[in-house]
Amino acid sequence: MASASRSIVSLSLVLAACGHAPGSPSTAEVVVAVLPEDGGKVGAVVVHPASGGPTVLNSAYAGAHLRGASKVEAVTLDQAQVDRTFGPALSALPMAPVSYTVYFLEGSDELTPESHASLNRIAAELANRSVPEVVVIGHTDLVGNDQYNDALSTQRAQRVRDELVRAHVPADRIEVAARGKREPLFRTAEGVADPRNRRVEISVR
Amino acid sequence: MSQLHAAVRLAIASCALAFAAAWSAPSLGADAGRVKVSKGTVSIQRDGKKLPAPVGAAIQQRDTVVTGQDGTVGITFQDNSMLSAGPNSVLTIDKYVFDRTTNKGEFESSLKQGTLAAVSGKMVKQAPESMRVKTPAAIMGVRGTEFVVRVTEPSR
Repeated sequence: MASASRSIVSLSLVLAACGHAPGSPSTAEVVVAVLPEDGGKVGAVVVHPASGGPTVLNSAYAGAHLRGASKVEAVTLDQAQVDRTFGPALSALPMAPVSYTVYFLEGSDELTPESHASLNRIAAELANRSVPEVVVIGHTDLVGNDQYNDALSTQRAQRVRDELVRAHVPADRIEVAARGKREPLFRTAEGVADPRNRRVEISVR
Repeated sequence: MSQLHAAVRLAIASCALAFAAAWSAPSLGADAGRVKVSKGTVSIQRDGKKLPAPVGAAIQQRDTVVTGQDGTVGITFQDNSMLSAGPNSVLTIDKYVFDRTTNKGEFESSLKQGTLAAVSGKMVKQAPESMRVKTPAAIMGVRGTEFVVRVTEPSR
């Protein structure tokens, strides 16, 4: 599997090299760097140059500099350099997607009092987003049969959608789905009424 | 009366069409991504046509997004990955496939010129390096999550 994906990468690499400038190698200058995330975690990017082996960048501000088909030169940027070069691009990053979960009373499409309050907060946060895309997915606990729970999870999801629409989230930006009891958050025995599974997930991007 | 009806129907139909064009209503599933931030001059090249790229515009596989010297653009994709480009940038979405049930997919883009900031999403969590950014000198395989790329063509 790993070697298969590697050969796909090297194939596309060859294609990219051919596709870019037929006959003459590119002399474009490329800089890439990984950034620390909120919470201090740092991601990783693997640089596959046109010639030579891959280089993994996995520490904050670790970067690579390449010119044409030259070797990868390791560089380390600092915050000021990142801001100077990438400030406009970084400031155009959209608001990070986020998801919420709200909970329901047993066998009902009534939100718990706490979740009712959080849904109002969620609706207010949605108003801050430009063109929000919302997916609402209803779930149940493991009490009852599939037919019952499919209907109940649908009602829950629709209830959340209605509340969001009432709070001025455009109805056509909300997609509704329901999974019945097929995807419990906590796997219990059949017939167990677990409040953590009586939920609607709201994903926003 | 029937003329009136026809006129009303036509009006409704053209509204629906305009609406569909602006938001591409079945959109939530169909498009690769959506423009969330758009400032200054930004356009989309699609099938040889140049289209405006306002906030809300759909981004599809094979689109090329171009920013002018005052332009910046930010796009959120179906798997919650995000790309944004600074001024004077040329960015092509070569391939975007995403299965919302399995979170598996493939996302390949090319930065031909300019600056790019990228944040990976669900598909990279599912399979590292399923998101790749191509440049003239190297291909970046993304394991997560935030990184930046600049491509400078030599001055001629």
